[in-house]
Amino acid sequence: MTLVITKLCAGYGRARVLHGVTVPEVPSGAFVGVIGPNASGKSTLFKSIAGLVTPMNGQVLLDGEDVTHLRRRDRARRIAYMPQAFGCNALLTVFESVLLALKQTTGWRVKSDNLDRVSDTLKALDLSHLASRGIGDLSGGQTQMVAVAQTIVRSPQVILLDEPTSALDLHHQLSIMSSIRNEMDRKKPVVMAALHDLNLAAKFCDRLILLREGEILADGKPEDILALSEIGETYRVITHLEQTSRGNLYVDARLP
Amino acid sequence: MSVDTSAAEMRQGYALQVARRYGMILAVALLLVVSFLLDVTTGPGNYSLSTVAEVFADPMSHGVRLKVIVWDYRLPVAVTAVLVGALLAVAGAQMQTILNNPLAEPFTLGVSAAASFGASLAIVMGFSVIPAVGPLLVTTNAFVFALATCGFILFAARLKGVGSETMILFGIAIFFTFSALLALMQYMASEDQIARIVFWMMGSLSRASWEKIGIGTLLLCVAIPFSLYRTWPMTALRMGEAAAESMGVDVARLRVEMLICISLLAATAVSFVGTVGFVGLVGPHIARLLVGEDQRYFVPLSALVGALVLSLTSLISKSITPGIIYPIGIITSLIGVPVFVSIILSTRRERLS
Repeated sequence: MTLVITKLCAGYGRARVLHGVTVPEVPSGAFVGVIGPNASGKSTLFKSIAGLVTPMNGQVLLDGEDVTHLRRRDRARRIAYMPQAFGCNALLTVFESVLLALKQTTGWRVKSDNLDRVSDTLKALDLSHLASRGIGDLSGGQTQMVAVAQTIVRSPQVILLDEPTSALDLHHQLSIMSSIRNEMDRKKPVVMAALHDLNLAAKFCDRLILLREGEILADGKPEDILALSEIGETYRVITHLEQTSRGNLYVDARLP
Repeated sequence: MSVDTSAAEMRQGYALQVARRYGMILAVALLLVVSFLLDVTTGPGNYSLSTVAEVFADPMSHGVRLKVIVWDYRLPVAVTAVLVGALLAVAGAQMQTILNNPLAEPFTLGVSAAASFGASLAIVMGFSVIPAVGPLLVTTNAFVFALATCGFILFAARLKGVGSETMILFGIAIFFTFSALLALMQYMASEDQIARIVFWMMGSLSRASWEKIGIGTLLLCVAIPFSLYRTWPMTALRMGEAAAESMGVDVARLRVEMLICISLLAATAVSFVGTVGFVGLVGPHIARLLVGEDQRYFVPLSALVGALVLSLTSLISKSITPGIIYPIGIITSLIGVPVFVSIILSTRRERLS
């Protein structure tokens, strides 16, 4: 399973957000971090891949097949997009809300296998103890974890996470990222995540894509990308890549 | 910190929850049956339940007089109460889901105002939208106007994009327009006509007839299965529009489909009994408190609660002063509101389980 994006142009109405984005082959099991400042087109890129925004030009190919040609249901099953800023007041339990994400593509009747998948997912994300809690009563971190659960319960081939760690404390940031890593080890999907925290990106991603004003500025290994001076220019700061004593990458940034 | 819950326990928890939800539905259904039976046995002339039951089984068993009372008067009224309550509550439940607003009900979109105007047009001008409907003039006019309003909202929403705010704003605009037109009609009407308009607007079950019941039942028999068929996308919509879209739900299409369904339900209910507010709001609200928002349980229970509320209202409207049947529109609000407020105040948020 591979994902390829060629010369993708997309936007809303007349406003063009992406100006010819090309991402060469992303193999399954790869964790791609998409970095770039606000309004650089990260969400639009994800929505185009998920088929929620129809490209004006260019293509998103999943195993050589244009995603816009996929039927809505198949697309939702194969490509799971987790939107930004999630939260709602619905009177549903955590279990129900994950079940309903699964049921959109698996027929009307709830089968025993569906329930197994929901409980497996909750267990994998360490949400078991919250299964019968109302989703309205959860903390921000728990809510975000439930959103991740709704995304991976479908066992998609492509997982798109739009700022999965925003508004989370350090513990939850790490636990979300490592549960996604675990999921990747189990089922080898392609994962793309829009991230604001460059250090978190350096720690978890195999590959980084730097996006600015709807164009790809750089694409490569974290250690190469984060060392580029374009990083600083894009974010309008001065950056310096260091290696910590534990061997982790650390981006030091200050205002010019 | 966290108690380890095994997969088996989680499934057991879910199974228990489902069982509890079916239990709730069954309990409300039983209450509805009791309320319905009381409704049929209550009224001028005290006949015992057994007498009524005998007439029910064999119409002529107690003579023509009782047959007329039970079959031509009480039964249609009691059935209409149940039916209209269910129609309004289902419409309200769906409307609250697609507009993502717990205050939405069929009347929020100006449906009742349009229906009242249609009725007043028939009463004052004798004007009929569909020619040659005879005695059904007022009802058809109300229906056509209610449906046309929904059609307009649908059309406007398609033009401007089917956002929930747009639809609510349109509804409010329509409400004010038709209220003004209604006032104009009343200004032009004679005293007798004003009385008829006011009485129509109060809502009354005495306009019940078997034909109307047939139409309403048919509609409900289509609407509820259809809602159940769309149950997963509708539940997903409660997670928010973006989340639902990403799960593969065609939100715009779902909204249009549901709006058509709601339009038919609301227009039918309103044209049958006049303005009966509140049921479309209370039914879904109580149902939500009892079973949460998984639409598989929420929609049927909303229908049952709505039916129960209106059936009880019908019972109360006959019982306050013997011999007088008060308009149900008045009762729903006067008695319903305090009950509703006390329900809201006495339930905690974490009731869901």
